[in-house]
Amino acid sequence: MMSPRAASWLQATPFAIIMTGLVIVPLAMIFAVSFMDYGFAEIIPEFYLGNWTDIFRSDLAVATYATVLRQAFIVWGVTLLLGFTIAYYLIYHVRSNFWRAIFLAACAIPFWTSGPIRMISWVPLLGREGLVNQALTGLNLIDEPISWLLYSEFSVIVVYINMLTMAMVGPIANSMAKISPAVVQAARDQGATEWQVITEVIIPLIKPGIAVGTIFIVTAVMGDGFLVRAMSGNQVNTPAVAIMNEINAFQFPPAAAKSVVLLVVVMAFVGVLLRLVDIRKELAR
Amino acid sequence: MKIDTEFNAKNLVPDTEAGEPAEGTVNRFDVEMVAVSKSYDGGARAVDEISLRIPKASYCCLLGPSGCGKTTTLRMLAGHEDVTDGDVLIHDRNVTDALPAGRGTSMMFQSYALFPHLSALDNVAFSLKLKKVPKAERQARAMEFLKLVQMEELAHRMPAQLSGGQQQRVALARSLITRPKVLLLDEPLSALDPFLRVLMRSELKRIQTELGITFVHVTHSQEEALALSDMVVVMNNGKIMQAGTAREVFEKPSNTFVARFIGGHNVIEFEGRTVSVRADKCRIVEAVGGRNLPATITSIEYQGPLVRINLVTDDRKDLCAVISDTRFFADPPEVGEAVTFSWMPDDEWAFGA
Repeated sequence: MMSPRAASWLQATPFAIIMTGLVIVPLAMIFAVSFMDYGFAEIIPEFYLGNWTDIFRSDLAVATYATVLRQAFIVWGVTLLLGFTIAYYLIYHVRSNFWRAIFLAACAIPFWTSGPIRMISWVPLLGREGLVNQALTGLNLIDEPISWLLYSEFSVIVVYINMLTMAMVGPIANSMAKISPAVVQAARDQGATEWQVITEVIIPLIKPGIAVGTIFIVTAVMGDGFLVRAMSGNQVNTPAVAIMNEINAFQFPPAAAKSVVLLVVVMAFVGVLLRLVDIRKELAR
Repeated sequence: MKIDTEFNAKNLVPDTEAGEPAEGTVNRFDVEMVAVSKSYDGGARAVDEISLRIPKASYCCLLGPSGCGKTTTLRMLAGHEDVTDGDVLIHDRNVTDALPAGRGTSMMFQSYALFPHLSALDNVAFSLKLKKVPKAERQARAMEFLKLVQMEELAHRMPAQLSGGQQQRVALARSLITRPKVLLLDEPLSALDPFLRVLMRSELKRIQTELGITFVHVTHSQEEALALSDMVVVMNNGKIMQAGTAREVFEKPSNTFVARFIGGHNVIEFEGRTVSVRADKCRIVEAVGGRNLPATITSIEYQGPLVRINLVTDDRKDLCAVISDTRFFADPPEVGEAVTFSWMPDDEWAFGA
């Protein structure tokens, strides 16, 4: 008979091996590489602080973080508004199961197509000769095509919103569905208008869902470089894009240092958010 | 007091269209329902043309088996369910289409439905917050109502930190602070343990008497309804089977359903008539000058001061006699024993026929 202590160690072992092999070891390697010197397409195993001092000396780092934080904030704001509205409509206004199924399918079916394809399909829509410009000129609303629709920060944000709104709808709808209908009726019984029901009851009770959605959105925007490069035509620079550029140039040590900084920033953000909102409530039930 | 369930509201409320009672109208009823029906999506009627008048400041219980339409009736009074047909009047004002908060009712939900993110005090103060009453004032008033339900000590606890009985008291205070003319209670005691149930029952009655308003209380417990009510409304299949005082309903059930549902009755077909006889008037010895039926004892339940004896007749009809423990132990019968089940003709009730 195995002692309970040995049994718990044994039960924890598989996950510990996965975490060590796939998370801790690679992170440790990245961290180690960030302190190494580099030449053309080679890592020189010598201690070198330049990768780190460069980050904090250059204005570029500050500028890229300013860009990505602005993008994250806008995308977060819009997806939150859209996510709340869609979830609220689905949970409180769609009464028939038939229509609920239709709406859920409408949310899910786009995911049958891969992300890059959904992303690239915005190009023929937003381009100089794209559908939007054609429609606007056709309606004589504009004289010449709007140039900032594509390959701009605008298109980056539009596509982020397109790709990420469902990540906000899901957690919000999930925590909304957990609110007992009797609680909402009680609020009405007490004299709350529909708006007061939202502000006094629903929003306080879906905070954990909003927090989960926020984590999805912010980590996705902070960590993504591919979408930014594709939709901005390499015109918008974010920390993730900077890292990708260096990797493509085989400059692994500075890329590693920047990755560690990005990781710390994102983890600090998530840490602060988790202190403010009790997410366990959302996961527990 | 005989409550007439068939009546014409126009005799009583001269001007329902205007919404307000006409000058000089004597307000004799707190709640009136006039031929009220409810059907879902044009289907079968969950509530079928019920008419009901509840006198001023009375404790009224809607009693019936699950699915009989009693909760739907309550929710139509509260405004949480649309009325398909008919009219609902509260204090002589037609509120059929009014919002829940605009009809002078307040509802206490079965699951209490406290706001989980607010303390007991803020739960009670909720309706005042909606009306933009300043914080200090609304908390002071909420505290008064928490005192009424003896919860002032736990005012700052969150609902999750309160027991079922405590949550219920908070829910009651939250309903009462809106100063309702009629308080609607949806199975308020069903989630409590038996000891607490009896305690809360007398508490509800105390508060109702103290405030002098009408309580409409939905329950499936006959005991609860008989103990609390000034007026019992027995419902089945969306219709009112009988409405009257607790004593009327118990002693003179209007049909076999009421007699069976209210409990403590034997419904017996005897010499071509159907009668009900209270189980406590029945004996298991031959009665001289009484009605006698041969029967066999199937089980005996000792209940302290009383002993309940279940029997079955030769043609497989269940019967029951409740006798005092002294009488039982003077000559205790055995399960399986063949006895004579008897009652006196004076104790028969022939359903008003």
